[in-house]
Amino acid sequence: MSGLLTKEARLALSRKALLKHDRVRSSVVLLLPERVIKLNPAGAAILQLCDGARTLVKIIDELQTHYGDAAIETDVAAFLADAIARGWLEVR
Amino acid sequence: MTGSRVQPPYALLAELTHRCPLRCVYCSNPVELTRADSELSTADWSRVIAEAADLGVLQIHFSGGEPLLRDDLEQLINRAFRNGVYTNLITSGVGLDAARAESIARSGVNSVQLSVQAADPLLSNCIAGRNAFAAKQAAAQCLIAAGLPLSMNVVLHSLNIDQLESIVDTCVDWGADRIELANVQFYNWALLNRDLLLPTRDQLAKAESIYRSKKVELGNRVELIWIISDYHERYPKPCMGGWGRVQLTVSPDGKVMPCPVASTISTLSFESVKDRNLAWIWQRSPAFNQFRGFEWMPDPCRGCERRFEDFGGCRCQAFALTSSADRTDPACHLSPDHHLITGALKSVSTTETCEPLTDNEKIHAFQRMRYRQPP
Repeated sequence: MSGLLTKEARLALSRKALLKHDRVRSSVVLLLPERVIKLNPAGAAILQLCDGARTLVKIIDELQTHYGDAAIETDVAAFLADAIARGWLEVR
Repeated sequence: MTGSRVQPPYALLAELTHRCPLRCVYCSNPVELTRADSELSTADWSRVIAEAADLGVLQIHFSGGEPLLRDDLEQLINRAFRNGVYTNLITSGVGLDAARAESIARSGVNSVQLSVQAADPLLSNCIAGRNAFAAKQAAAQCLIAAGLPLSMNVVLHSLNIDQLESIVDTCVDWGADRIELANVQFYNWALLNRDLLLPTRDQLAKAESIYRSKKVELGNRVELIWIISDYHERYPKPCMGGWGRVQLTVSPDGKVMPCPVASTISTLSFESVKDRNLAWIWQRSPAFNQFRGFEWMPDPCRGCERRFEDFGGCRCQAFALTSSADRTDPACHLSPDHHLITGALKSVSTTETCEPLTDNEKIHAFQRMRYRQPP
């Protein structure tokens, strides 16, 4: 199911996951069977880039460009590793 | 509590029908089932789904009975999908062939949960009151072939809990990536058969240790979920995350309730989607507001620090066992009615043996049970 998180790994939402903007509560949520995860803006920004096409390197690069912060690499990689362990993401 | 202060619900359980090909001895549907000719129409359900999405519902669980018996199931799932709602189909799998699995996949369903009763056909068929084991295995194959993520659910009780390890292995073999191990909860048909279904402390402790070792073994390949047996706990379960706090149920004939069992509380009257919109019922109806907040609570809940996490336990259980929905859940060891729980546990521990029951002994137990009957 989940492979290794290498720099060239392509990341995608799990088949059973749905990422959406909840307009009633004005937040981004990740939906899984019998589970709703309210994401903070950073978590939402990261997961929105996990489209099955972008690699880990590309995701970090885009986030750095967008937020102008070079020091996010470790945090993003840790968030993604955790998201894979929780079954939110798949490595392709 | 006024309507505007009520937080919106996250999930809707849509009980499309009470019709079901199975007759499980622990069915949580009402003892008096809704007849087919009282079921909501496709147009009614479509309106309910749209109203739920507007209200803030993020997930709809399509359940029953057996929802596959509704010809408009795919249409309703697709309605929810187009409203941006996450959909989950809860099914026995009976009647699900490759064509139906593909049509369900095309409707946009996000996950499917298939029930299984035991790890072998004999016991499975005794529990369900019909030969369904092979049909379930075939259904699992069809769902996987249609590219759908497969969850499986098994209700655990005294007659199948000793084979928990084989049950988990069966679910993994069939391709489940999420397995819910749900200890039986005693409502409706299960309550009628309680003394034959209640596991002993020893059985439960062994099963829980198997669950823990399986969880480690499966890691993040398969998600394993354990739903507690509240009869064996010191404190009650936070039933439904609190009355009217996170979830609502619409019954086959349109009654709106905080949970699927709430219709058993005969002292409350529930509004219908035929008469009112869902937002009004959620926010304003007396039945939903009856047990919101903490003001309604009796002692010992009233002054208990745990009231913020368990909300006084389950209102339906309080009603079923004490005839008063506003008493502390008897499952709590602090409840003045706790002897109703310990008494039931004592009656099974006196028949406790070290050896698991033989097949003949199990069949004898099933002969004494009440199977679910159509209305």
